[in-house]
Amino acid sequence: MQVRLNGELREIPDGMTVARLLAHLGVKAPRVAVEVNEAVVTKDRYEAHKIGPGDTVEIVAFVGGG
Amino acid sequence: MADTWSIGKQTFTSRLLVGTGKYADFPTMQRALTASGAEVVTVAVRRLDLSKKGEASLLEWIPKGMKLLPNTAACFTAEEAIRTARLGRELDMGDLVKLEVIGDRRTLFPDVEALVEAARVLVKEGFTVLPYTNDDPVTARKLEDVGCAAVMPAGAPIGSGLGIRNPFNIRIIMETVKVPVLVDAGVGTASDAALAMELGAVAVLMNTAIAEAKDPVLMAEAMRAGVEGGRKAFLAGRIPMKLHASASSPMTGLIGT
Repeated sequence: MQVRLNGELREIPDGMTVARLLAHLGVKAPRVAVEVNEAVVTKDRYEAHKIGPGDTVEIVAFVGGG
Repeated sequence: MADTWSIGKQTFTSRLLVGTGKYADFPTMQRALTASGAEVVTVAVRRLDLSKKGEASLLEWIPKGMKLLPNTAACFTAEEAIRTARLGRELDMGDLVKLEVIGDRRTLFPDVEALVEAARVLVKEGFTVLPYTNDDPVTARKLEDVGCAAVMPAGAPIGSGLGIRNPFNIRIIMETVKVPVLVDAGVGTASDAALAMELGAVAVLMNTAIAEAKDPVLMAEAMRAGVEGGRKAFLAGRIPMKLHASASSPMTGLIGT
């Protein structure tokens, strides 16, 4: 299925949860925060939250800033 | 008694808050952060670069024990700032946010209307909101009214190094609000930081002045000393300014009279 991931259209396997997507991308979960369709998915919901076709997913981390 | 200050549930000794942006490299940043003595450091929230796996994380280079203050830098609408604040809270598991809603790309001046609106929403969601604002006392009062834990007027545009351009407005803001006033942005050198503290600011927040100095670690030390000196001068109570001289040595008992 196609999703918009960090601003770019990407193909990912169907029926992925947030936890599976992070593993698929090789992202270390403790260091990131995830938003699906403009709502934060808290870490305790990573296993349960299913990503659907056309969803907008943002994966963010802290960077240097003032 | 120790000269401390508080925001929300947190109490701090250092009155210098520093940013983590614009450093040439992480080791330099780490040494500068340590030299500054800061207890609070600002960080930004950005998309993870999914093409760069295993890259060094900023967090590994922030000295242990420093409190993170996520910002909403480069957000141009209340909605973007609110979403970014929520993501920052999810990353940090803390409720502090340095709220920025930018209204102009060239000057990075805040959109104060959107800033107040975003603050209102985030306060209701339990955030401890520290808004970056301009030096307008009316906006400061509105930010206090919606429940901000502090107000942080800019001394001058972000990264400009122009210093405290309107010290009188900063003073009026201090008279206007009861919440702590922090000077955020504009500081160029140690005397600017000292001036902010002499005016009665609770603390000073800066990034570029340290990160882009020729020697960031030495400048961090200088800023720490400037903040401490300015704070002590404020507490000590400076003499009033006078137009004419007031001799320090006796004017009587001179030889040859």
